[in-house]
Amino acid sequence: MKSNDLILQTTTKIAVFIILLFSLHIFFAGHYYPGGGFVGGLLTSGALVLLLLAFDIKTVANSLPFNFRIMIAIGLLFAIGTGAGALFFNVPFLTHAFDYFNLPLLGKTSLHTAVLFDIGVYLCVVGATMTIIQTIGGSE
Amino acid sequence: MLEIILKIGLVGCSLSSAILLIRVIKGPSVSDRVVALDAMGINLAAITALASMIYHTTAFLDAILLFGILSFIGTVAFSKFLEKGEIIENERRR
Repeated sequence: MKSNDLILQTTTKIAVFIILLFSLHIFFAGHYYPGGGFVGGLLTSGALVLLLLAFDIKTVANSLPFNFRIMIAIGLLFAIGTGAGALFFNVPFLTHAFDYFNLPLLGKTSLHTAVLFDIGVYLCVVGATMTIIQTIGGSE
Repeated sequence: MLEIILKIGLVGCSLSSAILLIRVIKGPSVSDRVVALDAMGINLAAITALASMIYHTTAFLDAILLFGILSFIGTVAFSKFLEKGEIIENERRR
């Protein structure tokens, strides 16, 4: 029997962008509202899993040429870098700083170094989840 | 007044979840169970919305969208497993 995934693939092409946008919203809202790096990373990997379901591993690897194991390393580097950056200013390890800046489009915004730590968490979660799923799903 | 209506709605959603649970437990085929679980996920989203109205908070609104997305992905994964036998293919078979 010949199977056809047209409806699933078309739905996926639209839904993936909505899920990715929602995960970015959850990630950036994490300081003031529920959310943060962990849930955002899990939701991003959920969008990638939906892509893997609708297409196959080779197509997704061709369209998103990331090495997810290196992504874990980059995330850990971000986390330890923000921790070690505090040592240069004579304050204890993992001390965070923030200030208000006038950005061109966004106006008065508070930029916090905890966001950099959260980016590390996000990259680690995405990398670990996608490594697990690709390793288990790709075996014959 | 609104409190009473919200609680009636909660009872209704809980009852329909309980009836769906019967279909999950003694569904004749696997597809019945998958559809019942999908509907239970949507019921859970409705219950969360009603509870967030009762508690006067907007903190659960992200969770509602999350329930919808996770329910969709789970149902797609399970139906693909029923259809093709494997969830993630290495290479697309024509």
